[in-house]
This record gives sequence, C-alpha cells and structure tokens, in this order.
Amino acid sequence: MNLLMLLPVFVVIGVLYFLRVNLLVWALAWWLGCYFLITHLLKIPAPVSVVKIYMSFISLGIAAFVISDRGRWESFKKPLLRLANEKKFMPLLILLVLAGPSLAAFKVYHSMSQPIEAPSFGRTIHPAPPDEITFKGKQIDLVKSRNPFRELEVKDPEAFKQHVESGRKIYFQNCFYCHGDALNGKGMFVHGLNPLPTNFTDPGTIPMLQESFLFWRIAKGGPGLPEEGGPWMSAMPAWENFLEEDQIWDVILFLYDHTGRKPRAAEAEHG
Amino acid sequence: MMQWFAGGQRCLRVVSTLTALILFNALLGNFALADTGPDVAYRAFPLVGSRVAVWVAAQLHLLFAAFVLAVPLFALIIEFIGYKTGDKRYDKLAYEFVKLLSVSFSFTASFGAALTFLLIILYPKFTTYLMYVFKPTFAPYVILLFLEGIFLYSYYYGWGKFKPKTHLFLGLGLNLVGTSIMLIANAWLTFMTSPGGITESGELISTWAAVKNYTWMPINIHRIIANVCFGGSVAAAYAAFKFLQAKTDEERAHYDWMGYIGNFVAIIAFLPLPFAGYWLAKEIYAFNQTLGVTMMGGAFSWLFIIQAVMIGNLFLSANFYLWLGMGRVEGGEKYQRYVKYLVVVIVTCILIWATPRSLISTAKEMQLMGGAFHPMLGYLGVMSAKNTAVNILILSTFLSFLFYRRCGKEATVSWAKLGNLAQALIMATAACIVLFFGIYGYFVEAAVRIKFSVPQVLSVLTAMISVSAIDYFLFRGARTKPIRWGNMPIISQYTLFFLAVTFTWLMGLMGYVRSGLRLHWHVYGIMPDTSPDAFTPTLGFATQVVSVTVLIFFCFISFIFWLASLSGKQNFDGSTAEH
Repeated sequence: MNLLMLLPVFVVIGVLYFLRVNLLVWALAWWLGCYFLITHLLKIPAPVSVVKIYMSFISLGIAAFVISDRGRWESFKKPLLRLANEKKFMPLLILLVLAGPSLAAFKVYHSMSQPIEAPSFGRTIHPAPPDEITFKGKQIDLVKSRNPFRELEVKDPEAFKQHVESGRKIYFQNCFYCHGDALNGKGMFVHGLNPLPTNFTDPGTIPMLQESFLFWRIAKGGPGLPEEGGPWMSAMPAWENFLEEDQIWDVILFLYDHTGRKPRAAEAEHG
Repeated sequence: MMQWFAGGQRCLRVVSTLTALILFNALLGNFALADTGPDVAYRAFPLVGSRVAVWVAAQLHLLFAAFVLAVPLFALIIEFIGYKTGDKRYDKLAYEFVKLLSVSFSFTASFGAALTFLLIILYPKFTTYLMYVFKPTFAPYVILLFLEGIFLYSYYYGWGKFKPKTHLFLGLGLNLVGTSIMLIANAWLTFMTSPGGITESGELISTWAAVKNYTWMPINIHRIIANVCFGGSVAAAYAAFKFLQAKTDEERAHYDWMGYIGNFVAIIAFLPLPFAGYWLAKEIYAFNQTLGVTMMGGAFSWLFIIQAVMIGNLFLSANFYLWLGMGRVEGGEKYQRYVKYLVVVIVTCILIWATPRSLISTAKEMQLMGGAFHPMLGYLGVMSAKNTAVNILILSTFLSFLFYRRCGKEATVSWAKLGNLAQALIMATAACIVLFFGIYGYFVEAAVRIKFSVPQVLSVLTAMISVSAIDYFLFRGARTKPIRWGNMPIISQYTLFFLAVTFTWLMGLMGYVRSGLRLHWHVYGIMPDTSPDAFTPTLGFATQVVSVTVLIFFCFISFIFWLASLSGKQNFDGSTAEH
C-alpha cells in the first residue's frame, strides 16, 4: 500500500478544519478524498468496476448524511442557493454551467482515445464439479472421494513424504511452466495465457477446496469444464491423458504441502 | 368535444376487446398446435416460452402469498398490543394493515391457479411425478386453503364485531393455517432441489422423508422471516402512499406512524435474515457440493454480487430512514452528531460486503493484478470479511435504532449511568468478538473458519437482546418529549417505496438462484429437464425477468392500495362509507 498517499488527504482535512468551511465543501472534500485514496492508496490499482461500486456507495453515504438532518441539509443548500441567486456569483455560475458539458465532453474524448484492449469477461471463481467422473474407465465419486494418501500424514509420515516428493517431481515436470516454480501462477508461459494460471499461494484458492475438486480439475483440465459459466478459455490440459490416478493425488499433496495450506475438510454428515 | 371523447373511449374498448380475443385465440391455438397427444412431456408457451411463463406466474404467486402470510402475523401482534394496552390506535393500525389482505388473498389464489394450470399444461410429466410423490399432501393443502379463507374473512369482516379474545383467536388461527400451507408448498419446491425419500431411479420410499428433505426446514425458517420483512416493507409502502395523499396533519401523522411501524417490522425481521440465508446455503452445500459451488462460486455467483449491492442499499436506506426520523422527535438533535460515525462504519462495511472475490476487470487490469483476484482487495472477497462486515452492519443498524428510540427521552432511574456504560461495553465486546473471529478466520482452514460464524452471530444476537432489555428498564418512567408524527420530509416516504421495491426485487433474484441452481434438472439428480428451456439463461436475461415480474407485482399492489383507499371515501351519493 502507498501509505504516503494518506498524507495529502490528512493535510487537506486539517486545512479545511482550520478554515471552518461549510458542509458543501466538506462533502465535496470527502468525496474527492475517498476517490483519491481508492485510486492511489493501493500499489496495484483497483479495477474500474470496483472503483465504481465503491464510489457509488460513498456518494450515497455522503448524501444520506447530508439529507438526514434538516440543519445539515440547509447548511449544504445555502451556498448553492447563494450561487444561484446572487449576482456577484454570476461569472462563477456561468463557469460551472459550462464546466458540466465540458467535463462530459472530455470524458467522452478520454474514453474514446483509450488504446484498444481485448474484451474482458467475468470469469467465475470455482466451476461447479459434477458428482462423479470417469477416469480411464473408473468411476470416481467426487463427493465421497478422499485423497488415498492423506491419512499417511499421521499414520506413516515417511511414506507421506515420499508421496509429496513424487508430487514435487510431477509438478516440476509438468505444471511449473504455467503455474511457476514458486506455485504463484507466474510460470514462463504466463504472458501468453488469459485467464492466468491459478496462484496456489493465494489463501483464497486451494485451501477453499476439497482435494477431490483439485483431482477433477487436474484430470479433466480446460476441456472438462462445465458449460455453465463459460466461455472458460482455459489452456489447462486434461492430465488424465498423461498422468496416472496416484500421480494426480501425489501432486495434490505437494501443492498443499509446499504452500503450507490444508485442504478444505468435508462437511459433516447431515443429521 | 365530449361526444368525440366518448366515441374515442368506445372505440378504444372495442379495439382492446378484439386484441384480447385475438391474443386469447393465439394462445389457445399455440397450445393446441404444440400438443402432440396425452403422453407428451412438454408443451410450448407462445412468445416467452414455458419456463418464463411458469417463472413469472410462480414468482407473482409467491410474492402475494408472502404478503398474505406476513401481514396477519404482525397485524395480530399489533392488535394484541392494542388489546393489552387499551390503546385504540393500535387496533386501528392493525385493521388498516388487514384491509390490504382480502384482495391480496384473491390475487394469491388466482396466481396459484394460473401456476397450477401452467404446470399441468406445460410440464405434464414432471407435474405427474410431483403428484405421485406428494399425493398425500394435497388433501390437507386444500382443506387448509379453505380454512385460510374462513379465518381470513372472519378476521377481516369480524373486526369490531367479535369479542377481542375471539377475534385474536381468529387471527391466531389465520396465522397457523397460513404457515401450515406454506410448509406444505415448501416441501414440494425444496424436494426439487434436494430430493429425499425416493430411490435413485425416483421410486417413492416415503412421502414424509420427501417432505423432510435437506433444505425444507432452512427454507421454512428463511421464508417466514423474509415474508415478515417483505410484508412489513410493502405495508410501509402503502403507508407512504397514503402519507403522500394525505390532506390533513392528522392523516399525515397516522400514516407516518403506520409507515414507521411497517418499516420497523421489516427491519427487525431483516436483521436475522442473513443468518437464516447462511444456514440455507450451508444445507445446500451439505446436500451436494456441486449445487453449493454452482450457487456461490459458479454460474450464479455474480448474482450474489448484485445481491450484496442491493443489501448494502437496504442497510443504508433503513438507517437513513431512522436518522430522518430523529427529526420528528424534540431533542433528536442530540443523537444527530453520531450519524457521521455511523455513516463511516456502515459505508465501510458495505464496501467490504460488496467487494467481489473475482473482480470484473479488463485484460490490462488482470495482468497488473496477476489474475482475477486483487492481491489486497481479494482478502475482502472471502467469507471471513463478509461475515464480519455483515455482523458489524447489523450492530450499527441496531445502534441507529437505539439512538432513534432514545431521542427525546431522559432516563430517570438512579442507575442510568451504569446502564449506559453496560450497554456500551456489551456493544463494544460484541464488535470485538466479531472482529477477532473475522481476522482469525484468515489463519485457519476453511472447515474451522465456517464454524466462526456461530460465535460471531451469537455475540451480535446476545448484544442486541441484552442491550434492548437494559434499554427497556433504563427508560421505564423516563421523561419524554412528544413525537411530532407526520413531521417527516417527503424523501422519507420515497425511502419506504425504495425499501419495498428492493426487498421485492431481492426476493425475486434470490428465488431465481434457489430454483435455477438445479440447472437442467426438474428434480435434481433424478428427473432431468429435457425441454427446449433446459438451458440456464444468461444473468442479464434472468435479471430482466425478475425486474419485469417485480414491475407487474407493483402494478397489482398499486391497484390493491387504490382499492383499500376507496373504503375511506364518500359514496357516490354523498353518504359516508362504512369503512
């Protein structure tokens, strides 16, 4: 975060407080201050869609504050009424009347002069898995399936380590080109991919999922994604064509082990 | 001129009658063309298709049913308060609410009949299967429906005619029968999502098990609360409608009070609603994780972003109405100074609540973020942040209400300072518990994190109950200043309209999610939908259908408002109306 960006906001608030400005100026200052922070506080800027949602609610919040009390509303209106009615403010009023359409025209010009970009699409987070899949002729129940080697973590730690090691080798032989050697989704092919490969170090990815979900995703890849929520445009191969069942479970063990995450536990049975 | 006008009207009537006849013939003709015999599985509905026809009819039926179930519930409570306190205003208010019921009941039945006919005609095979599973539930349903009619009309027409206890008993009967009808209908629809009591091939094992399926009880609870919330908001909208029509200060005062009560009912019911929704979602996940993922993380997840934005608006509007209400109480200014802090907390919580996990972004933005998740904002998109935000939102709204309640009151009890301190400590403790579990949730695995919602919810509920209890005793015998009912700005009444429309729209949207997440199944995993409408519509189309349905509903409800307002008007011969 660019915490230094807080400084100008605090300075402006201090100056406005010292000048004892009216509510109209405060409301405008809050609105602009929030906009400035939302667009500048984060090192990686928030997408425009998020800025729009945030600023809509901030605008509504400021409006609710101003209108919800007669005294505040009067104080807010007073300078606007003076501006509209007093002759001495006529030049400023004309300027403001001209500024509105000018700003709109500038906005149109600005948005039309942007470089052409590939269209974006809202990719859903987790595609819904089927209840069961066929893996090389074998039916696998994704609801009930568990990683067969997970229990070794407690029962036989040595054997567990061997499976993790096997998973590590499989990962670096097959997966790291896209998902990266740090498992952060920044592999060497990443610049050619959209959507980007999953970042396994993100706490919002594999810890949120059961291992059977990962098994389905790895085994069936992009071609096995469900129709709803598409187009997925995933470049992930269907690894059932290249790996055995045990190898996929091994690589899943490695993903969790290396990132220090735990898979999502199965929900308790319904009583 | 007048002759020309009358002629024009006649012409218009002829044209509209002819158009209606042509449309009717077209509909019949289309049904007949699509019918290929008695064993047909599907028939097509002209123009909009079978799914949209059933969808709109079901949604309208459900909205009216929700209203008809909810209004008696709080009318009975208000009537009971009037009976206990002897304050005739409550009795009048309860009657005013009940006036909206009789026409609504007819509309509910009409849309119910339309839905049944549409299902039998358009989806005969599926309807036959439901009849096969739920055959034993139909007789009690019909009997209860008759009883509902008997209780409703006795309750309405018997107002002031029966002894108070007899009348209250009728109201109780009306509520019990209405709720029982809802429980039966809920069994049918929840069975479609989470079937039980049948074999894998769909053979019936036990009707009771089919009724008592995974999502039946969560839906029952969720619907009872949501119905009250919705009913309260629509009744408040009626009061706003009457407030805007009012010609005297007395009328304005009455309808301002009515709007306040309706909104109060809606907000009180709204506060526990997210918890009931959470339980329902958890049961859907427990029944089948595919359904759960489809709902929250898959094709329907974007609808939850819309839901979050709408809920944010609801919270802000509800608080806004309370803050405006402070203006009608002498001494309310004292609490206005806290509003700015409440705005900051509420808006911050709404921003967190409405931050999507997977962001809508351009290719360039996505490259910068390294995926669809923002490295910082992504943390606000997960359950820990959402639960924390919504719990703090609920606490803040409760605090707004507490401030409103205190306006113009001065506690006279000797322990007033201690009481205030205890309330502040309870609220602060609850907020700290919510924040602690919210932050700690980031450091534990998902299965543990889910369980954190329980202490969060319990701490908020405990705080609200205990603070209310202290408040009750604290302000017993307090010095009070008068409330200037009717002294509300016009915008407050439009806020009540907004709340009613938003609640209704949300019901439509989330109803679609609950029903649509079955995807191409009539009965999930048992009976596939092989009709041309089996595909899942685009999110845009779904929201359009929801919006149009809500618009139709409000056209009908405006008609009901108008009808209800006729009772207070003079007869055409100038005599005074009875009601």
